[in-house]
Amino acid sequence: MRSRFHQELDELRARLLRMGGLAEQAVDRACQAYIARDLKLCHMVLEGETQINIVEREIDEMAFDLLAMQQPMAVDLRFILAVTKINADLERVGDQAVNIAERVMDMVELPKADLPVDIPRMATAVSAMVRRALESFIEGKAELAQAVLEMDNVVDRMKDEAFITLVKTMNEHPDITRQALDALLIARNLERVADHATNIAEDVIFWVRGADVRHNVPQEETPSASQPVTETH
Amino acid sequence: MGVGIQVEKLNAWFGKTHALQEINMTVAANHCTAVIGPSGCGKSTFVRCLNRMHETIPDARATGRVRIGDMDVYNGTSATHIRRRIGMVFQKPNPFPTMSIYDNVAAGLKLNGFHDRKRLDEIVQRSLTYSALWEEVKDTMHKKSGASLSGGQQQRLCIARALAVEPQVMLMDEPCSALDPISTGKIEELIFQLKEKFTIVIVTHNMQQASRVAEFTGFFLLGKLIEFDKTEKIFTNPSDKRTEDYITGRFG
Repeated sequence: MRSRFHQELDELRARLLRMGGLAEQAVDRACQAYIARDLKLCHMVLEGETQINIVEREIDEMAFDLLAMQQPMAVDLRFILAVTKINADLERVGDQAVNIAERVMDMVELPKADLPVDIPRMATAVSAMVRRALESFIEGKAELAQAVLEMDNVVDRMKDEAFITLVKTMNEHPDITRQALDALLIARNLERVADHATNIAEDVIFWVRGADVRHNVPQEETPSASQPVTETH
Repeated sequence: MGVGIQVEKLNAWFGKTHALQEINMTVAANHCTAVIGPSGCGKSTFVRCLNRMHETIPDARATGRVRIGDMDVYNGTSATHIRRRIGMVFQKPNPFPTMSIYDNVAAGLKLNGFHDRKRLDEIVQRSLTYSALWEEVKDTMHKKSGASLSGGQQQRLCIARALAVEPQVMLMDEPCSALDPISTGKIEELIFQLKEKFTIVIVTHNMQQASRVAEFTGFFLLGKLIEFDKTEKIFTNPSDKRTEDYITGRFG
């Protein structure tokens, strides 16, 4: 039994969950800041980014050490590779939260405009995607991750609709162009967060099933021996 | 050139102990196939059945079919003839201690009545070159005994000795387990090159070694072949939970 190695894998998992918690919190705070036009929350998001960056480096370092020192195989190898990729995606989620917070800080400086887009609804959908992607990692369930992939199309449509509506608003109401542009950029940031949640879900599927489901490329048959043998009972 | 090996319903016993149970495996010609598994799983017994070394142990017997190229190992072919076509390298290097390096390599040929000195010289040089030992011993091979070499060199000498009789298959039973990492690296590099000319079956406890040198890997457990597939499949996404548990160190 490699109990020390498996304890270290548990520790790596715990650290990634902490990272996930920080990234999820950053997105939620940024969305709340948009809804409430709350500068204090914006500053909290900006300050939180430092911690996210620190944890990202710790996780990468630990994963690197485990790869070098333990030569993991099969599910353990897939797990560590998935962790490093999820870690990078979570860091980007944090960056997108910072971008949203900066747009909100800009918007707060401007007169409040009644924009015909439902950013809070989009934010709720995106937060749910991040949360479910992390749940699929916690529980190691590919089915939960699969559900996240299906949600991505919904968010893409929301962003497309927001773009069309906000460009029309800019044309018809040039006085609120800056506010509309901020909202448009926030919609794009949220859509990117959804893309990162999708990446995380794909990595969970890779870890659990050993299947590469990225880019909608049809899964090729895994190369096998001409006559693979698996003992049956 | 190497030849393929076809194993069908191979069973082996030590007395009443059923050490191998209904093994079926196709070993591809000119490839390296690794056999892995915990101690006592039957992997060494398996390779020793391929050249009928198993039956040299008192009370040991084997049934089933093993074809090596067009040769039926258990049906009418003499064990001596089989072992001429199948070289074997063991865990511990075993050069003939009283013979020079040259004579170690030439021994198999001389035993078979081959005495053309010029031709012997050529074969010895070629075998030592294949086994990546020529440059290290070419000036001393007539004077120095095989036993005077380092462990890694002795193992490469044993490989050269096996190569000299031009086998079609090379069986290696944990050939690097007594060697340091540098010697291990040399043997692994050698395995990689030898595949062009021979079919190699290697038993190893070292899973990294299996993943480095072999295209195919079979996992044995309690005398059964649990899974046999391409090496990258076995080590990244095995089909059987027991294989995964073993290679990830969850048992064994």
